Amino acid sequence: MAQDLMTEKEPLMEVRNINKAFPGVQALDNVSVAFYPGEVHAVVGENGAGKSTLMKVMAGAYKSDSGTILFQGEIESFNHPVEAQEMGISIIYQEFNLLPERTVAQNIFLGREPAKIGIVNLRQLNKQAHAVLKEIGVDSMISPTALASSLSVAEQQLVEIAKAISLDAKVLIMDEPTASLTSTEVKLLNDLISRLKTKGLALIFISHRLSEVFEIADKITVLKDGQHVGTVNTKEVTSEDIVYMMVGRVLDHYFPPLGSSEDFGDVVLRVKDGSNNFLNSVYLELRKGEILGIAGLQGSGRTELAQALFGVVPFKSGEIELRGKPTAIKNPFWAISRRIGFVTEDRKAEGLILIQPIRDNMLLAIRSLQSLFAFIHQDGIRQSRNMVSALGEQVDIRVDSYGKEAQDLSGGNQQKVVLSKWLASESEIFIFDEPTRGIDVESKARIHDIIRGLTKQGVAVIMISSELPEIIGMSDRILVMHEGTIGGELPAESSETDIMLVATGQNNHRTSSISVDPERGEK
Amino acid sequence: MTTESIPADEIKRSKLGIRIPPVYYFLVIITVGGLILDILFAKGNIISNPTILTNILIRSVALGIVAVGQTFVMIGASIDLSVAYTISLTAVMTSQLMQGDPERVPMAIILVFVIGAVIGLVNGLIVTKLNVNPFIATLGTGLIIAGILNGTFANFKGSVPKSFRALGYESLGPIPISIIILIAVVVLGWFILSWTKFGAHLYGVGGSRELGRLSGLRTSRTIIVAHIICSLTAVLSGLFIVSRLGSGAPWVGPDGIYDLESVATTVIGGTALSGGRGGVFGTLAGVLIFGVIDTVFNQLGVDTYLKTVFRGAIIILAVASYSFRSKREAA
Repeated sequence: MAQDLMTEKEPLMEVRNINKAFPGVQALDNVSVAFYPGEVHAVVGENGAGKSTLMKVMAGAYKSDSGTILFQGEIESFNHPVEAQEMGISIIYQEFNLLPERTVAQNIFLGREPAKIGIVNLRQLNKQAHAVLKEIGVDSMISPTALASSLSVAEQQLVEIAKAISLDAKVLIMDEPTASLTSTEVKLLNDLISRLKTKGLALIFISHRLSEVFEIADKITVLKDGQHVGTVNTKEVTSEDIVYMMVGRVLDHYFPPLGSSEDFGDVVLRVKDGSNNFLNSVYLELRKGEILGIAGLQGSGRTELAQALFGVVPFKSGEIELRGKPTAIKNPFWAISRRIGFVTEDRKAEGLILIQPIRDNMLLAIRSLQSLFAFIHQDGIRQSRNMVSALGEQVDIRVDSYGKEAQDLSGGNQQKVVLSKWLASESEIFIFDEPTRGIDVESKARIHDIIRGLTKQGVAVIMISSELPEIIGMSDRILVMHEGTIGGELPAESSETDIMLVATGQNNHRTSSISVDPERGEK
Repeated sequence: MTTESIPADEIKRSKLGIRIPPVYYFLVIITVGGLILDILFAKGNIISNPTILTNILIRSVALGIVAVGQTFVMIGASIDLSVAYTISLTAVMTSQLMQGDPERVPMAIILVFVIGAVIGLVNGLIVTKLNVNPFIATLGTGLIIAGILNGTFANFKGSVPKSFRALGYESLGPIPISIIILIAVVVLGWFILSWTKFGAHLYGVGGSRELGRLSGLRTSRTIIVAHIICSLTAVLSGLFIVSRLGSGAPWVGPDGIYDLESVATTVIGGTALSGGRGGVFGTLAGVLIFGVIDTVFNQLGVDTYLKTVFRGAIIILAVASYSFRSKREAA
């Protein structure tokens, strides 16, 4: 299919008939794609489709089982990422690859420090780094002598791009570059990508955000189950086409139906004037059976609110009522034992113990409620086995064994394990922080179904998300955060524009009284 | 508008590569506190008697030299627990080889440094090629050396000639040679870490082995070299100790707790156990803190057990303050 798109230009890089197998999986199955200079090429597909594997094969981090890689018309075989790098192929991984305790300049030129007889010329090093930063137009933002740890995520990414440019990259591969950027930062990155494009680089990026793929990509390659479904010109397709190619079926709806008034019950959680170092006078009410969506820009205090409600960083002042009784949420253990569950944003760092089996991860929350000295006798083990398989079915984790370590799972499956951990705790209030970040479309739909299913059982849900379609598609009410407080409350199915207006502080909906209009949930 | 230059002050600061490690606040606090206690309870002996100050430094020399080496391996996310036995081995071998004969001094020194380099090489190879956790690897080599030492050598066999004892006792002008050596080792260590490619690569490999590999660094070689440097500093410490004692014994290293104390002072100095962060100036401050505590407690005539308790508390306090600080920075 790639051949159909052949233009008069020669491809800068091409993969032909690439196969790569891992134990039990054919990660890439006869994949052929061509990448042209001066083009932005998006690679999309569900998790496990083989996107990252393909990128790693191209960058020399993996060796393919068969197939050829052509770079500038020559057949190449990379034994080590450094070989690919020296040819002009750079990759920026999803996990950032900067040393936090070293300066920007030291990071950019790691392993290539300008030196005479082993002694580094620091002045020269900083000068060169400054020149590279200037070349990509970010020299005013980032100083060569700043420590990497002092930079924001977006700035760190720019440093990585600067590093690639300093390596004279002709092909720049980025694995989900925008996953953790705010919308302003995404714009900054997109501008940079456009500039690099005019310099004749071939830019390749993996993304789960279709809207942004359509914004900047010239071509889209879709992978599914390790196979190349097709490569298309962005202008000639719609996002529905791409989703269809990705999942092999038309998704008739992304989201389960919203709740209706009979689902909603009493207020189970009420916060009046809640404040701490990050939050300023938060008012909030949460009812049984509803999904309360929390939107807001990065840094607006969304995650901090979740952390306050779960006792990670508690409120310092204000009043909290839990099921009608005044209280204070002191710490996570206290919250869990009062049946509050928190599915965190960073599943790798906070949600899962990666080196432990799936089984133990699933039982983590419920075990924390048991006595330290509870004797795990034979019945207990059998009971927990049954519980694990019941949970696994409920969230649809597809693994051959629950004894597998959590780190061996795909992102979608990991998130399902985190979810099942909290389902096991039988919490009555659930806080979800970015429940579907970075996971594939199918797992996303599954997780949305599970969340809605919870509300049908009378659970109250707070869902934080930076993806507006998710907020709009899932929420029965929407709170929009702005500068550490609730900027305003919007009804179900408000428009993205309405939400963004409040989130950017242009429209102050803030209600001074906390009374919630009982009609509001009904849309 | 285009400006080629970076703000001058930034270049200057980074050119020198010195940011005062926060451990110096501790050093100042403890020194001032110690002097106040000294004035109140020991008639201000420390201030009125400059030799006590010199003694603090001399006391710190043996630990200081080996702690510089420990800083190297710890920046590389490794550790060396065999240094105490390397020190013993050096002390014993030196006095055995020299047999009080000044002519044998150069030969003995060369030989013990070669042995030290081999120990470092073996440590580095076990850590990098056999992939054994460095804690276990160097614990193992340390025990092997200890076994050989105890089985082969008796206490205080042989001796070092008088000329060699100058290292421990003589002064160059007003400054004792041993202190000059310590300062030289610290400065050399700082230079290697801040100014050489090896130093930059060591921080890289220690910060993230995988990232180092992806950047084309020779990760194993870097860590092996760090281990060799560490063992060589242990040899130098051993030479200093034997020059003070006049003769070596297998227990001099473990008795001085040089393994754990070098790790402790390095950590107090701000070097991360997880690697990739730290430096020798911090370590020097850590060593001086221990020296000051020793001296003040001795002057006050306080029980040595209490001194050990105090040291333990300092380690915990220092590391807790770093983790509190980095938490605050992250927030």
